[in-house]
Amino acid sequence: MTTAIKDQVTERVTSALVEFGEEPENVKPDSRFEELDIDSLDLVELAQVIEDEYGIEVTDADMDKIKTVQDVADFVSQRQS
Amino acid sequence: MSTPAATVVEAPAKPERRVGCALVTGASRGIGAATARALAEDGWAVGVNYSRDREGAESVVASIEEIGGRAIALGADVGAEEQADEMLAGVADRLGPVLVLVNNAGVTSDGLLARLGDEAWNHVLEVNLTAAFRLTRGVLGQMMRERFGRIVNVSSVVGLRANPGQANYAAAKAGLIALTRTVAAEVARRGITVNAVAPGLIETELTREITSNGADGLLGAIPARRPGSPEEVAACIRFLVSEEASYVNGAVLPVDGGMAA
Repeated sequence: MTTAIKDQVTERVTSALVEFGEEPENVKPDSRFEELDIDSLDLVELAQVIEDEYGIEVTDADMDKIKTVQDVADFVSQRQS
Repeated sequence: MSTPAATVVEAPAKPERRVGCALVTGASRGIGAATARALAEDGWAVGVNYSRDREGAESVVASIEEIGGRAIALGADVGAEEQADEMLAGVADRLGPVLVLVNNAGVTSDGLLARLGDEAWNHVLEVNLTAAFRLTRGVLGQMMRERFGRIVNVSSVVGLRANPGQANYAAAKAGLIALTRTVAAEVARRGITVNAVAPGLIETELTREITSNGADGLLGAIPARRPGSPEEVAACIRFLVSEEASYVNGAVLPVDGGMAA
Protein backbone atom coordinates (compact mmCIF):
# COMPACT_ATOMS: atom_id res chain seq x y z
CA MET A 1 0.00 0.00 0.00
CA THR A 2 2.71 2.43 1.08
CA THR A 3 4.83 1.53 -1.93
CA ALA A 4 1.86 2.11 -4.21
CA ILE A 5 1.30 5.57 -2.71
CA LYS A 6 4.99 6.41 -3.02
CA ASP A 7 5.07 5.31 -6.65
CA GLN A 8 2.00 7.34 -7.44
CA VAL A 9 3.39 10.44 -5.71
CA THR A 10 6.75 10.03 -7.44
CA GLU A 11 4.94 9.90 -10.77
CA ARG A 12 2.88 12.99 -9.95
CA VAL A 13 5.90 14.97 -8.73
CA THR A 14 7.86 13.98 -11.81
CA SER A 15 5.07 15.20 -14.08
CA ALA A 16 4.89 18.48 -12.14
CA LEU A 17 8.64 19.03 -12.49
CA VAL A 18 8.46 18.31 -16.21
CA GLU A 19 5.61 20.82 -16.45
CA PHE A 20 7.88 23.35 -14.72
CA GLY A 21 10.38 22.87 -17.56
CA GLU A 22 12.66 20.07 -16.37
CA GLU A 23 13.71 17.37 -18.84
CA PRO A 24 11.98 14.04 -17.96
CA GLU A 25 15.22 12.05 -18.17
CA ASN A 26 16.81 14.26 -15.51
CA VAL A 27 14.15 13.54 -12.89
CA LYS A 28 15.05 10.56 -10.72
CA PRO A 29 13.74 9.70 -7.23
CA ASP A 30 17.01 10.84 -5.68
CA SER A 31 17.33 13.98 -7.84
CA ARG A 32 17.94 16.98 -5.61
CA PHE A 33 15.76 19.96 -6.52
CA GLU A 34 18.74 22.29 -6.29
CA GLU A 35 20.46 20.29 -9.04
CA LEU A 36 17.40 20.43 -11.28
CA ASP A 37 16.11 23.42 -13.21
CA ILE A 38 13.66 24.10 -10.38
CA ASP A 39 13.36 27.43 -8.64
CA SER A 40 11.62 28.78 -5.57
CA LEU A 41 8.34 29.50 -7.38
CA ASP A 42 8.29 25.92 -8.68
CA LEU A 43 8.65 24.66 -5.11
CA VAL A 44 5.76 26.87 -4.00
CA GLU A 45 3.63 25.38 -6.76
CA LEU A 46 4.79 21.87 -5.88
CA ALA A 47 3.67 22.42 -2.28
CA GLN A 48 0.33 23.58 -3.62
CA VAL A 49 -0.01 20.45 -5.77
CA ILE A 50 0.64 18.29 -2.70
CA GLU A 51 -1.91 20.24 -0.65
CA ASP A 52 -4.60 20.21 -3.34
CA GLU A 53 -4.20 16.66 -4.53
CA TYR A 54 -3.38 14.84 -1.31
CA GLY A 55 -5.25 17.01 1.18
CA ILE A 56 -2.16 17.55 3.30
CA GLU A 57 -1.07 20.87 4.74
CA VAL A 58 2.51 21.65 3.79
CA THR A 59 4.26 24.24 5.92
CA ASP A 60 7.36 26.20 4.98
CA ALA A 61 9.24 24.11 7.55
CA ASP A 62 8.11 20.92 5.78
CA MET A 63 9.29 22.29 2.45
CA ASP A 64 12.66 23.17 3.94
CA LYS A 65 13.17 19.48 4.70
CA ILE A 66 12.00 18.24 1.31
CA LYS A 67 15.01 18.17 -1.00
CA THR A 68 14.30 15.34 -3.44
CA VAL A 69 11.46 13.66 -5.31
CA GLN A 70 11.81 10.74 -2.90
CA ASP A 71 11.43 13.12 0.05
CA VAL A 72 8.06 14.22 -1.32
CA ALA A 73 6.91 10.61 -1.71
CA ASP A 74 8.05 9.79 1.84
CA PHE A 75 6.38 12.91 3.22
CA VAL A 76 2.99 12.20 1.59
CA SER A 77 3.07 8.53 2.47
CA GLN A 78 3.93 9.30 6.09
CA ARG A 79 1.20 11.94 6.43
CA GLN A 80 -1.41 9.72 4.85
CA SER A 81 -0.68 6.70 7.04
CA MET B 1 19.61 36.74 -2.21
CA SER B 2 19.58 33.89 -4.68
CA THR B 3 18.35 34.59 -8.17
CA PRO B 4 16.00 32.00 -9.63
CA ALA B 5 17.50 30.02 -12.48
CA ALA B 6 16.76 31.60 -15.83
CA THR B 7 14.45 29.26 -17.69
CA VAL B 8 13.34 30.18 -21.16
CA VAL B 9 9.56 30.36 -21.23
CA GLU B 10 7.62 30.05 -24.46
CA ALA B 11 5.42 32.98 -25.47
CA PRO B 12 1.76 32.18 -24.82
CA ALA B 13 -0.13 30.39 -27.56
CA LYS B 14 -2.94 32.14 -29.38
CA PRO B 15 -5.52 32.93 -26.71
CA GLU B 16 -8.41 30.61 -26.27
CA ARG B 17 -11.56 31.51 -24.41
CA ARG B 18 -10.64 31.71 -20.75
CA VAL B 19 -12.81 29.82 -18.31
CA GLY B 20 -12.79 31.93 -15.21
CA CYS B 21 -13.79 35.31 -13.95
CA ALA B 22 -12.70 38.80 -13.11
CA LEU B 23 -13.00 40.19 -9.59
CA VAL B 24 -13.10 43.96 -9.19
CA THR B 25 -12.99 45.34 -5.67
CA GLY B 26 -14.78 48.55 -4.79
CA ALA B 27 -16.88 48.23 -7.92
CA SER B 28 -20.17 49.78 -6.85
CA ARG B 29 -19.21 53.15 -8.36
CA GLY B 30 -16.48 55.25 -9.92
CA ILE B 31 -13.42 53.60 -11.42
CA GLY B 32 -14.37 50.15 -10.11
CA ALA B 33 -17.85 50.25 -11.65
CA ALA B 34 -16.52 51.46 -14.99
CA THR B 35 -13.87 48.72 -14.91
CA ALA B 36 -16.42 46.00 -14.14
CA ARG B 37 -18.49 47.12 -17.14
CA ALA B 38 -15.46 47.33 -19.43
CA LEU B 39 -14.30 43.81 -18.51
CA ALA B 40 -17.82 42.46 -18.99
CA GLU B 41 -17.82 43.98 -22.48
CA ASP B 42 -14.68 41.93 -23.13
CA GLY B 43 -16.57 38.78 -22.16
CA TRP B 44 -15.46 38.32 -18.58
CA ALA B 45 -17.91 37.14 -15.93
CA VAL B 46 -17.39 39.75 -13.23
CA GLY B 47 -17.50 39.67 -9.44
CA VAL B 48 -18.62 43.17 -8.44
CA ASN B 49 -17.36 43.74 -4.91
CA TYR B 50 -18.85 46.39 -2.66
CA SER B 51 -18.42 47.25 0.96
CA ARG B 52 -21.54 49.26 1.82
CA ASP B 53 -23.22 50.39 -1.40
CA ARG B 54 -25.19 47.28 -2.27
CA GLU B 55 -27.60 49.23 -4.42
CA GLY B 56 -24.75 50.66 -6.48
CA ALA B 57 -23.23 47.21 -6.98
CA GLU B 58 -26.58 45.74 -8.00
CA SER B 59 -27.08 48.49 -10.54
CA VAL B 60 -23.62 47.70 -12.01
CA VAL B 61 -24.63 44.02 -12.19
CA ALA B 62 -27.90 44.99 -13.88
CA SER B 63 -26.12 47.16 -16.46
CA ILE B 64 -23.80 44.24 -17.27
CA GLU B 65 -26.71 41.84 -17.60
CA GLU B 66 -28.43 44.31 -19.92
CA ILE B 67 -25.61 43.92 -22.44
CA GLY B 68 -25.80 40.12 -22.13
CA GLY B 69 -22.94 39.80 -19.67
CA ARG B 70 -22.67 37.86 -16.45
CA ALA B 71 -21.96 39.43 -13.06
CA ILE B 72 -22.70 39.00 -9.38
CA ALA B 73 -22.55 41.49 -6.52
CA LEU B 74 -20.26 40.47 -3.66
CA GLY B 75 -20.55 42.27 -0.34
CA ALA B 76 -17.29 42.23 1.63
CA ASP B 77 -15.06 44.69 3.41
CA VAL B 78 -11.80 43.72 1.74
CA GLY B 79 -9.87 45.15 4.66
CA ALA B 80 -11.37 42.42 6.88
CA GLU B 81 -9.45 39.21 6.26
CA GLU B 82 -12.28 36.75 6.90
CA GLN B 83 -14.73 38.61 4.68
CA ALA B 84 -12.18 38.80 1.89
CA ASP B 85 -11.45 35.06 2.17
CA GLU B 86 -15.16 34.23 2.08
CA MET B 87 -15.63 36.44 -0.94
CA LEU B 88 -12.80 34.70 -2.81
CA ALA B 89 -14.21 31.25 -2.06
CA GLY B 90 -17.71 32.40 -3.05
CA VAL B 91 -16.76 33.98 -6.34
CA ALA B 92 -14.70 30.97 -7.42
CA ASP B 93 -17.63 28.65 -6.62
CA ARG B 94 -20.09 30.74 -8.60
CA LEU B 95 -18.05 32.09 -11.52
CA GLY B 96 -14.98 29.85 -11.71
CA PRO B 97 -11.35 30.59 -10.90
CA VAL B 98 -10.39 34.24 -10.54
CA LEU B 99 -8.09 34.89 -13.50
CA VAL B 100 -8.38 38.67 -13.35
CA LEU B 101 -8.09 40.67 -10.16
CA VAL B 102 -8.47 44.43 -10.05
CA ASN B 103 -7.53 45.80 -6.64
CA ASN B 104 -9.46 49.03 -6.75
CA ALA B 105 -11.12 49.37 -3.34
CA GLY B 106 -9.79 52.38 -1.54
CA VAL B 107 -10.50 54.69 1.35
CA THR B 108 -9.04 57.98 2.49
CA SER B 109 -8.73 59.47 5.93
CA ASP B 110 -6.86 62.69 5.36
CA GLY B 111 -4.96 64.85 7.79
CA LEU B 112 -1.57 66.42 8.21
CA LEU B 113 0.85 63.87 9.57
CA ALA B 114 1.53 65.82 12.75
CA ARG B 115 -2.08 65.13 13.74
CA LEU B 116 -2.64 61.80 12.02
CA GLY B 117 -3.85 59.12 14.41
CA ASP B 118 -2.84 55.46 14.32
CA GLU B 119 -6.37 54.46 13.48
CA ALA B 120 -6.46 56.65 10.36
CA TRP B 121 -3.05 55.29 9.35
CA ASN B 122 -3.87 51.63 9.94
CA HIS B 123 -7.31 51.67 8.34
CA VAL B 124 -6.05 53.30 5.15
CA LEU B 125 -3.11 50.89 4.90
CA GLU B 126 -5.37 47.91 5.62
CA VAL B 127 -7.92 48.65 2.88
CA ASN B 128 -5.64 50.14 0.23
CA LEU B 129 -2.57 47.95 0.59
CA THR B 130 -2.95 44.93 2.88
CA ALA B 131 -6.21 43.88 1.20
CA ALA B 132 -4.47 43.91 -2.18
CA PHE B 133 -1.68 41.75 -0.76
CA ARG B 134 -4.11 39.21 0.71
CA LEU B 135 -6.35 39.02 -2.35
CA THR B 136 -3.34 38.67 -4.63
CA ARG B 137 -2.00 35.85 -2.46
CA GLY B 138 -5.44 34.27 -2.52
CA VAL B 139 -5.76 34.17 -6.32
CA LEU B 140 -2.18 33.43 -7.39
CA GLY B 141 -2.60 29.68 -6.91
CA GLN B 142 -5.54 29.59 -9.33
CA MET B 143 -3.66 31.75 -11.82
CA MET B 144 -0.48 29.66 -11.60
CA ARG B 145 -2.48 26.50 -12.27
CA GLU B 146 -4.06 28.13 -15.33
CA ARG B 147 -0.73 29.59 -16.48
CA PHE B 148 -2.65 32.81 -16.98
CA GLY B 149 -3.53 35.72 -14.77
CA ARG B 150 -4.00 39.46 -14.84
CA ILE B 151 -3.70 41.60 -11.75
CA VAL B 152 -4.16 45.34 -11.95
CA ASN B 153 -3.65 47.48 -8.88
CA VAL B 154 -5.25 50.88 -8.81
CA SER B 155 -2.59 53.12 -7.31
CA SER B 156 -2.67 56.90 -7.55
CA VAL B 157 -0.65 59.87 -8.67
CA VAL B 158 -0.10 60.54 -4.96
CA GLY B 159 1.92 57.32 -4.84
CA LEU B 160 4.34 59.03 -7.23
CA ARG B 161 4.43 62.59 -5.92
CA ALA B 162 3.66 64.46 -2.71
CA ASN B 163 0.19 65.50 -1.67
CA PRO B 164 0.21 67.10 1.77
CA GLY B 165 -2.54 65.74 4.02
CA GLN B 166 -2.47 62.25 2.54
CA ALA B 167 0.63 60.61 4.04
CA ASN B 168 -1.32 57.43 4.85
CA TYR B 169 -3.00 57.21 1.44
CA ALA B 170 0.22 58.09 -0.39
CA ALA B 171 2.21 55.50 1.56
CA ALA B 172 -0.40 52.86 0.75
CA LYS B 173 -0.52 53.79 -2.94
CA ALA B 174 3.29 53.87 -3.22
CA GLY B 175 3.30 50.51 -1.43
CA LEU B 176 0.93 49.17 -4.08
CA ILE B 177 3.43 50.16 -6.76
CA ALA B 178 6.24 48.29 -5.01
CA LEU B 179 3.93 45.31 -4.49
CA THR B 180 3.01 45.40 -8.19
CA ARG B 181 6.60 45.38 -9.38
CA THR B 182 7.77 42.69 -6.97
CA VAL B 183 4.93 40.25 -7.59
CA ALA B 184 5.26 40.81 -11.34
CA ALA B 185 8.88 39.69 -11.16
CA GLU B 186 7.96 36.68 -9.00
CA VAL B 187 5.23 35.22 -11.22
CA ALA B 188 5.89 36.48 -14.75
CA ARG B 189 7.05 33.09 -15.98
CA ARG B 190 3.64 31.61 -15.20
CA GLY B 191 1.88 33.81 -17.76
CA ILE B 192 0.70 36.17 -15.04
CA THR B 193 1.04 39.93 -15.36
CA VAL B 194 0.81 42.39 -12.50
CA ASN B 195 0.51 46.05 -13.40
CA ALA B 196 -0.71 49.26 -11.84
CA VAL B 197 -2.52 52.34 -13.02
CA ALA B 198 -1.90 55.64 -11.26
CA PRO B 199 -4.96 57.84 -11.76
CA GLY B 200 -4.73 61.56 -11.15
CA LEU B 201 -7.80 63.66 -10.47
CA ILE B 202 -10.73 61.56 -11.63
CA GLU B 203 -14.27 62.85 -11.48
CA THR B 204 -16.06 60.54 -9.08
CA GLU B 205 -18.53 61.18 -6.28
CA LEU B 206 -15.51 61.51 -4.03
CA THR B 207 -13.88 64.29 -6.05
CA ARG B 208 -16.92 65.99 -7.62
CA GLU B 209 -17.19 68.38 -4.73
CA ILE B 210 -13.55 69.40 -5.05
CA THR B 211 -13.81 70.00 -8.80
CA SER B 212 -17.11 71.87 -8.61
CA ASN B 213 -15.87 74.18 -5.87
CA GLY B 214 -13.82 76.21 -8.29
CA ALA B 215 -10.61 74.27 -7.78
CA ASP B 216 -8.78 76.31 -10.39
CA GLY B 217 -5.47 75.84 -8.63
CA LEU B 218 -5.87 72.09 -8.65
CA LEU B 219 -6.91 71.94 -12.30
CA GLY B 220 -4.03 74.29 -13.10
CA ALA B 221 -1.64 71.52 -12.01
CA ILE B 222 -3.09 69.22 -14.66
CA PRO B 223 -1.71 69.83 -18.16
CA ALA B 224 -5.03 68.60 -19.65
CA ARG B 225 -6.86 71.26 -17.55
CA ARG B 226 -9.68 68.88 -16.71
CA PRO B 227 -10.36 65.93 -14.46
CA GLY B 228 -10.41 62.46 -15.98
CA SER B 229 -13.41 60.17 -16.10
CA PRO B 230 -13.69 56.72 -14.54
CA GLU B 231 -14.14 55.33 -18.06
CA GLU B 232 -10.76 56.74 -19.10
CA VAL B 233 -9.10 54.81 -16.28
CA ALA B 234 -11.17 51.69 -16.96
CA ALA B 235 -10.02 51.72 -20.60
CA CYS B 236 -6.40 51.45 -19.44
CA ILE B 237 -7.22 48.64 -17.03
CA ARG B 238 -9.12 46.86 -19.78
CA PHE B 239 -6.01 47.00 -21.96
CA LEU B 240 -3.75 45.71 -19.19
CA VAL B 241 -6.16 42.79 -18.68
CA SER B 242 -6.35 41.98 -22.39
CA GLU B 243 -4.42 39.23 -24.15
CA GLU B 244 -2.72 41.98 -26.18
CA ALA B 245 -0.97 43.24 -23.03
CA SER B 246 0.69 39.88 -22.36
CA TYR B 247 4.21 41.38 -22.42
CA VAL B 248 3.43 44.37 -20.20
CA ASN B 249 4.45 43.43 -16.68
CA GLY B 250 5.34 45.38 -13.56
CA ALA B 251 4.37 48.62 -15.28
CA VAL B 252 2.83 51.67 -13.66
CA LEU B 253 0.65 53.57 -16.08
CA PRO B 254 -0.20 57.15 -15.05
CA VAL B 255 -3.73 58.12 -16.14
CA ASP B 256 -3.64 61.72 -15.07
CA GLY B 257 -3.87 64.16 -17.98
CA GLY B 258 -0.13 64.67 -17.79
CA MET B 259 0.06 65.51 -14.06
CA ALA B 260 3.02 63.22 -13.37
CA ALA B 261 4.80 64.10 -16.61
